[in-house]
Amino acid sequence: MTDLDATAGGLIVVDDLTVNYGGGAPVLIDVDLTIESGDLVGIVGPSGSGKSTLLKAMLGTVAPVSGTVRRTPGLAVGLVPQVETIDWNFPVTVAECVGMARARGLRTPWMSRSERAEIDTVLDRLGMHGLGRRHIRELSGGQQQRVFLARALFTNSQVIFLDEPTSGLDVRTRHDVLHLLDELNADGLTIVLTTHDLNGIAAHLPTVVCLNRSVIGAGRPDEVLVPEVLERTYGSPMNVLEHGGMRVVVDAPIDTNVRPLRRSQASGGGGSSA
Amino acid sequence: MSWDELLRPYEFEFFRNGLLVATIAGALCGIVGCYVVLRNMSYIGHGLSHSIFGGYAVAGLIGVNLFLGAGIWGVVTALAVGAIVRRRPIGSDAAIGVVTTASFALGLALVQLYGSPGRNADALLFGNVLGVTTSDVWLIVAVALVTVVIVFVYYRQLLFTTFDTEVAAATGVRTAWIDALLMIVLSATVLATMNVLGVTLIAAALVVPAVVARMLTDSFGTMLALSGLIGAISGFVGMNASYHLDVASGPTIVLTSACFFVVAYAFGGRFRRRSGTVGHAH
Repeated sequence: MTDLDATAGGLIVVDDLTVNYGGGAPVLIDVDLTIESGDLVGIVGPSGSGKSTLLKAMLGTVAPVSGTVRRTPGLAVGLVPQVETIDWNFPVTVAECVGMARARGLRTPWMSRSERAEIDTVLDRLGMHGLGRRHIRELSGGQQQRVFLARALFTNSQVIFLDEPTSGLDVRTRHDVLHLLDELNADGLTIVLTTHDLNGIAAHLPTVVCLNRSVIGAGRPDEVLVPEVLERTYGSPMNVLEHGGMRVVVDAPIDTNVRPLRRSQASGGGGSSA
Repeated sequence: MSWDELLRPYEFEFFRNGLLVATIAGALCGIVGCYVVLRNMSYIGHGLSHSIFGGYAVAGLIGVNLFLGAGIWGVVTALAVGAIVRRRPIGSDAAIGVVTTASFALGLALVQLYGSPGRNADALLFGNVLGVTTSDVWLIVAVALVTVVIVFVYYRQLLFTTFDTEVAAATGVRTAWIDALLMIVLSATVLATMNVLGVTLIAAALVVPAVVARMLTDSFGTMLALSGLIGAISGFVGMNASYHLDVASGPTIVLTSACFFVVAYAFGGRFRRRSGTVGHAH
């Protein structure tokens, strides 16, 4: 469970965190957040709201200006980066990509027999049986996402952070990734992800954090994905509809910040003109 | 050409020394070049070799051992480039361009003002493989051995940091240390091979074998081995060609590796399809 006051213990406790880059304007301001064992948390917010920075701060790769990030000593963490940041022409096979993660300490360049077996097990678990020798560019979008998930799992991570894990994926693949994350979480893995997808991802998660430099709201989707919190998070009015027992976030019909396209006006909001 | 004619240069010690150094230099540059190419720092070999020329001039001026002075200068320059790239105010190519060319300009100015401090400056600029001494042989053997040990011990950390620095750092790899280690290895490689290939041709020796290997495989481990092998063959064949064609060794070594490039460009796709590692454009 995610706790705004961050007074309880947790795997990761973010306390009054403020971060900026190179002395510039703060990207995060007074953020409080607690990640506990077994959490499956989605961080949502507009572009530039500090979602990725919050992940980096929890990972320890960004230093705070003030406040603290306390991690349970010895906590093993993994990061699944945005697929857009990957060099898909880099010469690594799937097995090499997964294996490189176990890099600390003295290790031989080649994988031991037990490591190869572990990689096969992880790939099998993620539905990628027999793809170890493929180049990472040869995989489908969902498989590419799974390779980096496999890499994080191969380090025996207790917490895995995913930065926009469903970015660029089609609906079917997005569902597959979401269900996979749910299964991993059910097996005890703590998962924190960022997403822009309020309806496809965030609404399905147990816990959602709305972020816009500060935490605007945190809790179950039915508590957080409400018009007041969403408007404060995105700076624009949004409605929440009920559809098939699910919450669906839509733009407010009258929004001074969002003007209709001229083509839509001319054709009465219909399709493209002949 | 008869066997006797082919083997004649092996009667000369200077040729045997040169051949050994050129072959090891080729392999060394081939291995280190993989990291250089994959980090999009192809220009750094060119820049560092020029930069070390500045260190050579300064060392001569203040009376320090030339190799030691040039080596320290090269390491400091490489670390400066690495530090600037990590901070990312400018791209790696720009950082290399600013730091190393300034160093080279300083070297040129000092040589013009006070003269060349030791070895012929032309030999350093253009290479003089037939003038290598026994100490040159030992230097390159030592650098090659240390490099192989470092690549062996830090293989996964080097690969992880080269492929995905941010995630490597997040999972506990000391990426700053790994970057610094690579820069030290790179500057030692440039220093050790400068006499053989010359300042002007080191960049090609670093880049071409790695690029050829990349065109032949999609596996990093295979690329590393292939690149070292192509570099070594280029050094060996290039040195022999140099003797028989009566052309300077640096150009023949680089032209040999360029021939590999042409062949890989023409047949690389077919080779990779056959080996089952070629991919489709995503």
